[in-house]
Amino acid sequence: MKRRDFVKTGGALVIGFSLRDVLAAQTTAPTGTRGSVAGPPDARQIDTWLAIHADNTATVYVGFAELGQGASTALLQIAADELDLDMSQVRSVRLDTHVTPNQGGTYSSASIARGGPQVRTAAAEARQALLAMASKEIGVPADRLRVSKGEVSTADNAKRVTYGGLIGDRRFDLPFTGSAPVKKPSEYAVVGAPVKRLDLAGKLKGTHVYMQHVRVPGMLHGRVVRPRGQRAYGVGAKILSVDESSIRGIPGVRVLRRGDFLGVVAENEWDAVRAARQLKVAWETTSALPGSDNVYERMRATTTLEEIVVQRGDIGAAFPKAAHVVSQVAHAPYQAHAPFGPNCAVADVKAGTALVMCSTQDVYATRRTLAGLLKLAEKDVRVQYYEGSGTYGHSCYDDAAQAAAFLSQDAGRPVRVQFMRADEHGWDNYGPAHVGEVRAAADADGKIVAYEYHGWQHGWSGTEASAQLAGSPVGEFIAAPAMGVQGVNRLTCGGQYQIPNLKLVNHKLPVTEYLKAGWLRSPLDLSFAFASEQAIDQLAAVLKIDPYEFRRRNIADERWRGVLDAAAKAANWSSVIGVRRLQPSVGGGRVVTGRGIGLGTHLQSWGGAVADVEVNRDTGEVAIKRLFGAMDAGLVVNPAIVESQMRGQLVQTASRMLHEEVKFDTTGVTTIDWVSYPILRFEACPEVTAVVVQQINERSLGAGEEVMAAAAAAIANAFFDATGVRMENFPFTKSRVLAALGANSRRG
Amino acid sequence: MQIKVNDKTWTVAGAPETPLLYVLSNELQLQGPRFGCGLAQCGSCSVLVDGVEKRSCVTPVSAVEGKTVTTLEGLPMWYAVTKRLARAPEMHPVQQAMLDEQAPQCGYCYNGMIVKAAELLSKNARPDERQIRTAMNGHLCRCGTYPSIIRAVQRASEIMAGTTGARGFSRAETRR
Repeated sequence: MKRRDFVKTGGALVIGFSLRDVLAAQTTAPTGTRGSVAGPPDARQIDTWLAIHADNTATVYVGFAELGQGASTALLQIAADELDLDMSQVRSVRLDTHVTPNQGGTYSSASIARGGPQVRTAAAEARQALLAMASKEIGVPADRLRVSKGEVSTADNAKRVTYGGLIGDRRFDLPFTGSAPVKKPSEYAVVGAPVKRLDLAGKLKGTHVYMQHVRVPGMLHGRVVRPRGQRAYGVGAKILSVDESSIRGIPGVRVLRRGDFLGVVAENEWDAVRAARQLKVAWETTSALPGSDNVYERMRATTTLEEIVVQRGDIGAAFPKAAHVVSQVAHAPYQAHAPFGPNCAVADVKAGTALVMCSTQDVYATRRTLAGLLKLAEKDVRVQYYEGSGTYGHSCYDDAAQAAAFLSQDAGRPVRVQFMRADEHGWDNYGPAHVGEVRAAADADGKIVAYEYHGWQHGWSGTEASAQLAGSPVGEFIAAPAMGVQGVNRLTCGGQYQIPNLKLVNHKLPVTEYLKAGWLRSPLDLSFAFASEQAIDQLAAVLKIDPYEFRRRNIADERWRGVLDAAAKAANWSSVIGVRRLQPSVGGGRVVTGRGIGLGTHLQSWGGAVADVEVNRDTGEVAIKRLFGAMDAGLVVNPAIVESQMRGQLVQTASRMLHEEVKFDTTGVTTIDWVSYPILRFEACPEVTAVVVQQINERSLGAGEEVMAAAAAAIANAFFDATGVRMENFPFTKSRVLAALGANSRRG
Repeated sequence: MQIKVNDKTWTVAGAPETPLLYVLSNELQLQGPRFGCGLAQCGSCSVLVDGVEKRSCVTPVSAVEGKTVTTLEGLPMWYAVTKRLARAPEMHPVQQAMLDEQAPQCGYCYNGMIVKAAELLSKNARPDERQIRTAMNGHLCRCGTYPSIIRAVQRASEIMAGTTGARGFSRAETRR
């Protein structure tokens, strides 16, 4: 097949050669309406969830996106297990609003926690139906049949029939009742095994199709034109004038504009890139932001909407009576998703229909928004998911989809938009800044008796930059309960311990006066744990109790104790009492070493970590030498994938604690590339050890972000162990560390 | 203009100052080199030019006229030629080692990782960990898979030296 041959399927979809594997997978799906009408398909039908093919393989229609986390492999493990198929006999298809069921978005570590039981139940029901068919065919009651690799047989193997032979590519036409019994954990064969990921060979060979590779016939290349770095969310960016003569030298470029949404399209990608760069635009100057140096003062001074998250006991009575009271302040910066490959989308908007390919975490939500923006009916918009580079939460993927859709609608041609580095870094929905104030108290016996956390932060922005610039009103993103908290997290802020008197308070800030924000992997938890677990460590220090032992004494339950012990054991923890000041390391001189421990999580699961750091007191340089993380996420479907996820979380946490900070002046964001927004590199990467606390009989929970808070806390506590100084800000840049050490020695 | 990529000669249109990356992605429709920053800061677009790793996002196509460009897709053949093998393996040992180690997560940065590691091993067959970290330091991985990449490069070095089979030992033995 030549590159310029195109495949047509499902009526509307026309796509280039590089996608033929994907299409092959779809065209072997049973006939019927799949792929030809707008979804979501009826979740109450077995056929919506899976299809058995004549070659005795199965296609599982999963509503969760592969974001690089390996969930697509793990979900197929569950299906294979319940269907008694081999991993080589199962496959999934990409998310597509004409094809895959609506299981909600792929966020909050939901793929396995929420999607796993759905896939398992559907597979069990299909298996039950297949066994009933086999029983009829063979003439033996279903309960006397066994299945191996999709072959149903009698116990003596005398009579056999395959799934493919029973139903091969025909529909089940059965309602999905959820009533079929599922296997017991002791019967799992594939679940719990470190099966190799199905997507990695293609990713290493260069055959995997990323969103950035998708091309369609007749397509133009588009780029957005914006100020380099977003302004305050409520302000947007106003165009005063556009001088099209500034790009007169570049042939065939069109400038397209909707209100303040500005873009260029060209036949040739490089022409689009340089036109976007060269186009002279006068933007209205604004100074609505506090600047990153003053943001915490502004947050603390702003009148906020206060909300009590949890209140129990009586902290007012408990604090004055306590033997020891400590406090900790934390200032945590905006941090960027900064996907390694900027987001990209291809849109083909016609008079009454639209096909949009993008890397959204939620194809159905994106379809709804795009339909509104394009003034089309939802059923006439088709959204297909293509994996991009990892985004770790709500980065610019929807923004790219909207930009491509606007430019395609206005150009009357399909348009591919890829953001440039400054678009992605500068116009991200950042993980928001946070101010935390903690007070904690213990009695003379080392029991935590009172705890209070006040958190200042704003919520997430509900309007993407493209929509906003084109005239949509800005507002706050209203999170579904499943997406969890945008405020103080009761699990990470004191929830690790038995504390009789506790109060957690949110101080909610107006999002429009700050930067755009969204969920960044383990949203705000690094900030919470940085504040909270330093306060817990302070109590241990004033009581002269080893911080690991102090946590054990106060631990909330066995699951927390499990990860605490596992992290301590992996690190070979030995008692640390008080501060080991100025211990010369191997290099001698002014380099001091320290070790710290911490607990934390996101919305579920349990995380524990130990960190070893080195601090150079002369240069302010902090090196994280080793990180040990332990996670209990219930039943772990694929321990190797979860270990990989955990190692990534530990490294990313090291990066966020040492380097990452979005900077802005009163006008806008100034960190717009990898030099102004540095991240951790090879040379500074710690050794990481991941320990999965496997709980074969417990429900599977999220594992994609739940050890980061613990690691952030451990790093902060290790810094204290090394220096005797409690950091109130991160990242631990050289200048910030020198200032903290200097201030401390002046005080001391 | 004619350029030689993965042992084939291509006639390319477009302005001579066009960055090589756009030619490779759009005219040659290669999927290895990818746009990451356009600023030579991240390594996403790396290719070998006469065996030396270069950032194709800032290299004008005219600069590789008369030179030999190798992309991710051409690495197995490049390896076979440099090692005088009878035929190209399915994957370069670096790719094989990264698969054995199950190193990638999203995998987007792995084009650059593989190209850079292949260049390193072509110059230094047995790099120690510090040398690997130094050589690879200009390549970013946002998923944080650096530790797995370091192990994979060590493993690739062993594969190339013939001291281990491509799938010679289990993950557990190499993990820590």
